[in-house]
Amino acid sequence: MADTAVAPSAPQTAASSPAPTNTGISNEKLAMWVFLGSECLLFGGLISTYMLYKNRLPEGEIGPAEVFDIPFTSVSAFVLLMSSLTMVLALSAVQRNDITRSRIWLLTTALLGATFIAGQVYEFTVFYREGLGYTTNLFGSAFYTLTGFHGVHVSIGIAMLMSLYVRSMNGKLTSDHAERVEIVGLYWHFVDIVWIVIFTVVYLFPQ
Amino acid sequence: MSTEALAETHEAHAHDGHHPSDLSYIKVAIFLAVVTAIEVFTYFQSVHGWGENTLIVMLTLAMFIKFYTVVGWFMHLRFDSELFTRMFVAGLVLAVGVYLAMLVTFEFF
Repeated sequence: MADTAVAPSAPQTAASSPAPTNTGISNEKLAMWVFLGSECLLFGGLISTYMLYKNRLPEGEIGPAEVFDIPFTSVSAFVLLMSSLTMVLALSAVQRNDITRSRIWLLTTALLGATFIAGQVYEFTVFYREGLGYTTNLFGSAFYTLTGFHGVHVSIGIAMLMSLYVRSMNGKLTSDHAERVEIVGLYWHFVDIVWIVIFTVVYLFPQ
Repeated sequence: MSTEALAETHEAHAHDGHHPSDLSYIKVAIFLAVVTAIEVFTYFQSVHGWGENTLIVMLTLAMFIKFYTVVGWFMHLRFDSELFTRMFVAGLVLAVGVYLAMLVTFEFF
């Protein structure tokens, strides 16, 4: 048995020389795409539930037409959309090993995400003061659940961006680690495309 | 930026193993911002009596264009392995199918 023992492989010194995979592509990236595919089912369920319940309101109950502030939400949607641009610019900078710019774009992306979350907190507060609580009616429950879940996803994305920023400040984020930034970027862009759907279906479709 | 212009830029980068340039990303972002502005414009026009079905069709089309653009360009699906596309589209198609069936069952349409 000793003859068949495999000699210990040479230590990998850089992330740029990953172990070969059966598919020839990165397992981590593939796993993220599979995860994002499964996330479509989560958000699909939440969006369909909202669509079913949004108009099932007793006479005189507060509904979407009474609370939505489209100009405000449009600005939020624009902020999140532009964060996708800064995210992809961060990835591009890391791939060029332009560490200073990658830090700037990562931080900008996190700040734009935080701005979006601040807008959502403000929106929830206004809706609550106007009388729409989580248990007020089916519309309220479905709306807060859907947009709340999305907000949690954005918050997780901000945490991941900040962890990349801290790694960069510690000198642990170079072009050798570009795939890490790309994988976090995939998550961030997914959160953006989910909001593209929510913004259209929940806010812009005629109530 | 028209979809034709986007397609031309795509041709310059596709299948060469490299991601688009920063300038291409900025052009794509401007395109997305314009589509979003059109979406919001249609909302305010609805006040002036556009048909509900026309609005829904226009907004759905704009949503698909934005979705496809972000997934294709910012998420690099147009430039990466087809296996990634298959994994994502499998989840997306399953979700759309399941929830359309649910909405039909509950007589949403």
